[in-house]
Amino acid sequence: MSLLQIEGLTHFFGGLKAVSDFNLELSAGEVVGLIGPNGAGKTTVFNLITGVYKPSAGHIRFEGQELVGLQSCQIISMGIARTFQTIRLFRDLTVLDNVRLGHFAQARYGIRDALMRSGKFRDEEKRIRDKGMELLEAFNLARYAHTQAKALPYGEQRRLEIARALSSNPRLLLLDEPAAGMNPREIDELLERIAWLKDEFDLTIFLIEHQMRVVMGICEHITVLDFGETIAVGAPREIQTNPRVLEAYLGKEVS
Amino acid sequence: MGLKSRMTLVLVFLGFVLCILIERSGLLSAYILQISMYVGINIILTLSLNLVNGYMGEFSVGHAGFMAIGAYVSSIITVRVFHNQMGPFVFPLAVIVAGIVTAATSFVVAFPSFRTRGDYLAIVTLAFNMIVKSVLENIDALGGPRGFMGMGRLTNLVNVYAWCLVTIFVVRNLVYSNFGRAVLSIREDEVASNLVSVNTRQMKIMVFLIAAFFAGVAGALFAHVMQFINPRSFAIQKSTDILVMVYLGGIGSIFGSVLGATVYTVLLELLRPLGVWRWVVGPIMLVILMICRPTGIMGLKELTGLIPREERVLGKKEETDVVTASN
Ligand SMILES: Nc1ncnc2c1ncn2[C@@H]1O[C@H](COP(=O)(O)OP(=O)(O)OP(=O)(O)O)[C@@H](O)[C@H]1O
Ligand SMILES: [Mg+2]
Repeated sequence: MSLLQIEGLTHFFGGLKAVSDFNLELSAGEVVGLIGPNGAGKTTVFNLITGVYKPSAGHIRFEGQELVGLQSCQIISMGIARTFQTIRLFRDLTVLDNVRLGHFAQARYGIRDALMRSGKFRDEEKRIRDKGMELLEAFNLARYAHTQAKALPYGEQRRLEIARALSSNPRLLLLDEPAAGMNPREIDELLERIAWLKDEFDLTIFLIEHQMRVVMGICEHITVLDFGETIAVGAPREIQTNPRVLEAYLGKEVS
Repeated sequence: MGLKSRMTLVLVFLGFVLCILIERSGLLSAYILQISMYVGINIILTLSLNLVNGYMGEFSVGHAGFMAIGAYVSSIITVRVFHNQMGPFVFPLAVIVAGIVTAATSFVVAFPSFRTRGDYLAIVTLAFNMIVKSVLENIDALGGPRGFMGMGRLTNLVNVYAWCLVTIFVVRNLVYSNFGRAVLSIREDEVASNLVSVNTRQMKIMVFLIAAFFAGVAGALFAHVMQFINPRSFAIQKSTDILVMVYLGGIGSIFGSVLGATVYTVLLELLRPLGVWRWVVGPIMLVILMICRPTGIMGLKELTGLIPREERVLGKKEETDVVTASN
């Protein structure tokens, strides 16, 4: 069974049709790319999946369960996590607090445990902290654990965003232009990291990217959007030579 | 129990002893004693508003409206229900009931305000404050604009101190927990907070209710120091004072709230000779603070002693970490 299934997803912003009849099937373990020129509607697709907007029409099913109509917090707790095109860390909080927040829905204690500092509270807090440190360790961020997120260099902030997303134990990870603002060396590092992530955390990855080089390297399938319409679906090699894609996307890029 | 927590208990205990001594011995004049109680009540008000405005980053401006509900409810209980004939437990219970009723009322404000994104809270709380005041002015059974009296002087330094401790305890334990981190994340970025699985709406309502509870408690204590309340005591000016104390002491800081409440309360007393003009001080200070130092004296910083040990140990390690990081 497919992990994520999107059918006829359509979304209007006023009169603007930002996404039009979008379809997608994602199987567990895949890495799938979503590309398209500026304003094509890519980020909007992510916002619809994660409940930031409610679609004008269509269905989104995750492991067979309908997501349309659910609140963001519910969708995330079901096992979907995302990063943002422009970094959205909790800037004044520490790096450790950022990843601990990703763990929010998994804390198994109530308000009374917190107020009374019960044994359950202590155990859970310890578990959350250890898990957070472990993740930071894995992302080479442990030494910054108690630094404010905003004080991190750009590349580290991007890494932290992924770490925070992973701390909610997702099965599906949505990455919105993870390579934005990175130099070629950093991009190589990122590609390696994504490949590693996928195996280490048993993830399915759906990623938006601007730079062809990134998607070509790691994606098994690619969907191309232009003005909200799906203009091509296929393997990277097919996409690269598809005339409509070349016209809509690569053509602009080259010129 | 660690040495540290034993020290805290000893300090808390000594505080109680000191309060009792002061009260019994007549060491301080009645006037100073009264000011001390105001300071304590204002600490409760400031801390509770700080939870909403400072930690959570919302902008609630009608805290005095909640205080009014607590003041009237507790006074009705002690004067009308018990006719001032009561054992030792009636007043503490009346205070708690006042807090609960206030929290329940605040739900009426919280529920619609947090329904949608956007900043309706300031307008709604402002309106709420004015409505409470005019409703009270129009209920003759509660004295209308003349006010309500007949309360015994049931508030003393000991119970003010106790309630201050309870407020500090609750705020600290809430802030340094999964819930507290969620509250802070709402201040930082509400959309992102939702997208790390925080139910921001539920969290906002919960925090708002807790804040209202303590505002109600403060109102109840206030009514039984003054022994006379009228709707004017809970006008927008009072709400403004509480805002000033929050932003003076520092947002997101327990110690800041204690500091802000103490400094401002004493300052207002010292300015008594200015007469009516001293009521201008609050609004002007608020404007200046918002422009020059919007986070306040202790903004987002905490006295080390108030941070739980687990979090603090980590805090210390940070210094060495930063050093190694910069090497
Ligand atoms: N909240 C909104 N309100 C109104 N219009 C919006 C909103 N968000 C996006 N749009 C519009 O919808 C269209 C699709 O935007 P979207 O952000 O999904 O594009 P994108 O493919 O992610 O582009 P980019 O590569 O620049 O990130 C654009 O025309 C954009 O202006
Ligand atoms: Mg985008």
